[in-house]
Amino acid sequence: MRVVAALSGGVDSAVAAARAVEAGHEVTGIHLALARSPQSHRTGARGCCTLEDARDARRVADVLDIPFYVWDLSERFAEDVVDDFVEEYAAGRTPNPCLRCNERIKFTAVLDRALALGFDAVATGHYARLVDTPSGRELHRAADPAKDQSYVLGVLDAGQLAGALFPLGDSLKPRVRDEAARRGLLVAEKPDSHDICFVPDGDTGAWLRDRLGTVPGDIVDAESGETLGRHDGAFAFTVGQRRGLGLGRPAADGARRYVVGVDTGSSTVLVGPPVLLEVDRVDAVRPRWCGAAPSGPVDGQVQLRAHGEPVDAVVTVGPGVTGDVEVVAHLREPVRGVAPGQAMVVYDGTRVVGSATITRSARDGGAR
Amino acid sequence: MRPEAVAAMTAELTAVGNPSSLHASGRRARRVVEESRESIAAALGVSAGDVVFTSGGTEADNLAVKGLYRARRAADPRRTRVLASAVEHHAVLDPVEHLGEREGADVTWLAVDELGRLRLDVLEKELDAAPGATALVTVMWANNEVGTTQPIADIAALCAEHGVPLHTDAVQALGHLDVDAATVDSLAVSAHKVGGPHGVGALVLRRGLAVEPLLHGGGQERDVRSGTLDAPAIAGFAAAVRASRDDLAERTARVRRLRDHLVDRVTAEIDGVTRNGDPRDNLPGIAHLSFAGCAGDALLLLLDAAGIECSRGSACSAGVPRPSHVLLAMGLDPVTAMGSLRFSLGHTSADSDVDRLLEVLPGAVARARRAGPAR
Repeated sequence: MRVVAALSGGVDSAVAAARAVEAGHEVTGIHLALARSPQSHRTGARGCCTLEDARDARRVADVLDIPFYVWDLSERFAEDVVDDFVEEYAAGRTPNPCLRCNERIKFTAVLDRALALGFDAVATGHYARLVDTPSGRELHRAADPAKDQSYVLGVLDAGQLAGALFPLGDSLKPRVRDEAARRGLLVAEKPDSHDICFVPDGDTGAWLRDRLGTVPGDIVDAESGETLGRHDGAFAFTVGQRRGLGLGRPAADGARRYVVGVDTGSSTVLVGPPVLLEVDRVDAVRPRWCGAAPSGPVDGQVQLRAHGEPVDAVVTVGPGVTGDVEVVAHLREPVRGVAPGQAMVVYDGTRVVGSATITRSARDGGAR
Repeated sequence: MRPEAVAAMTAELTAVGNPSSLHASGRRARRVVEESRESIAAALGVSAGDVVFTSGGTEADNLAVKGLYRARRAADPRRTRVLASAVEHHAVLDPVEHLGEREGADVTWLAVDELGRLRLDVLEKELDAAPGATALVTVMWANNEVGTTQPIADIAALCAEHGVPLHTDAVQALGHLDVDAATVDSLAVSAHKVGGPHGVGALVLRRGLAVEPLLHGGGQERDVRSGTLDAPAIAGFAAAVRASRDDLAERTARVRRLRDHLVDRVTAEIDGVTRNGDPRDNLPGIAHLSFAGCAGDALLLLLDAAGIECSRGSACSAGVPRPSHVLLAMGLDPVTAMGSLRFSLGHTSADSDVDRLLEVLPGAVARARRAGPAR
């Protein structure tokens, strides 16, 4: 196959590209320039958009002796990922930009361009497995549970999966580092990237305040209705959050208080005891299925945040009140802190069924 | 490198001696350097004393632009203007911008026409606008991207009339055009562009013209440039200049014919292709073409995969393609500018290379068009 290997400058994508070369594919290295001005993004080794990363990516291509190009996707990234991220927070939701980037940038903009130029697939360093079956290609969790990234790939549809290659899916991360060192890839010891690549210092609250301004409002006790304090912008709060509330006095019962609701319309942040966070029903919209849409209820699991544990659930798909397709998960055990805007990824064992964007959650009383 | 240059350079590599030393081996090295200087000067139509060796074209351009500006301004504080063509190479463009941003220079970028030629009327107007205020004019001999040759003799005459020194970046021109350095006051050349080694070049500087040094130290080169000279590289440089001088007419006529053949065939066989640059006065080995509806880097990727190497315009430090300032100055819109490639031909290029290009290019253009233009 003719393969485009997306080289971030990190160890995973380097080994993924090396394995694609070794598998006999004709590989071309691509580094994605996602920042409008590369210096404005995080400096050092932890980002994904720095000059250092571009150089590291180029060195990987040199060592592998493959062609290397930089593709400028900064406009698309700004519109589809960064602007969306800000809008979602402004609406009181908590988006996951990595899913968005995989859906719109890596496996739409890059894949489409690669296919148009005569390539067959885009290889990345994601930890997830693709399994070809008679009924089509399936996406599964990675062999390394600590590194599994199937959650952030749960947005890929059948067409996108058909053009994907994840050479690290069967590997354990420490082995990948060893392999990088053995292959002479100089990024073997580079730390993993974390956080959000376009928030330079990792301070998402301050980054959002720069863009959304200060919108002061009340912090209100969800049970008593009493105003407990003030804040600079409801968008900076996420359901389930405990730190950074800045409430001087403890709750009457001495229990810790959590954010249990965010209303950016009235700029109100609701806080309360953890019991208010417990939900067993999660509603989500805009599903994307990794293959065919399920024909009936899925008795499987859902994962409600990037590094969350899977929760047993029965998932149904049907028309919601607005007529749009709605995905409803009835959880077998209640969970705490489900934030609107996050992705609910549906699993059937290790297989990823699909994903949808969480709109609300509630305490219903167990799976029916 | 040209074989003559390799032979001259390797012959010197094992010799001991610093050309600045007074002992026998130093004298021997000095003789190599001075004979090289004389032969380069002869090829360029100047005296040996005018040739200042540097580490390459970039240093020569920096020395001329910053050195002339600083010396002229020190002699007369009113001389703060720098006039530069809008299509200069970054080795000139960036030092000029630096003078504007950090040293108070009043920089004017001189407009070019749609073929990339300096507008003489604009230059004359600017020289007349503020008599006694211009420190220097800098206009390249020939453009590295589109190949357009500038009317250097006319530009030099205008500058001389106004008593303003003219620097020209002739890095692209040497070895490909008949370069008479006596036409201008200051001229930068580089060895590797004529088949010599990397890392050596020269500034040809009319004597009597004050230049403030960039590198201070032993004062090896007329006190204008310090640093121990690299005798083997200089010997290779001189051999390359001599060789490229000897076969200039025959070689460039052949390359020019081949280049014209390439341009004729590409524009005839593929729709939506336009040629950039001056079709009459130009570097013989450059064909610069715009492909409507293509992103240049997509086309480059496809051609490279087919074993054809060409080049795109500029890129930022992270490697992101940017529209070329040269093409924008010539009036191209950014999308067209990003859909352009430069094909360079040299003495080893043959008819079969053009045939091979035409086998691959139509399909590559069609494919790149499907992937869409640069965004």
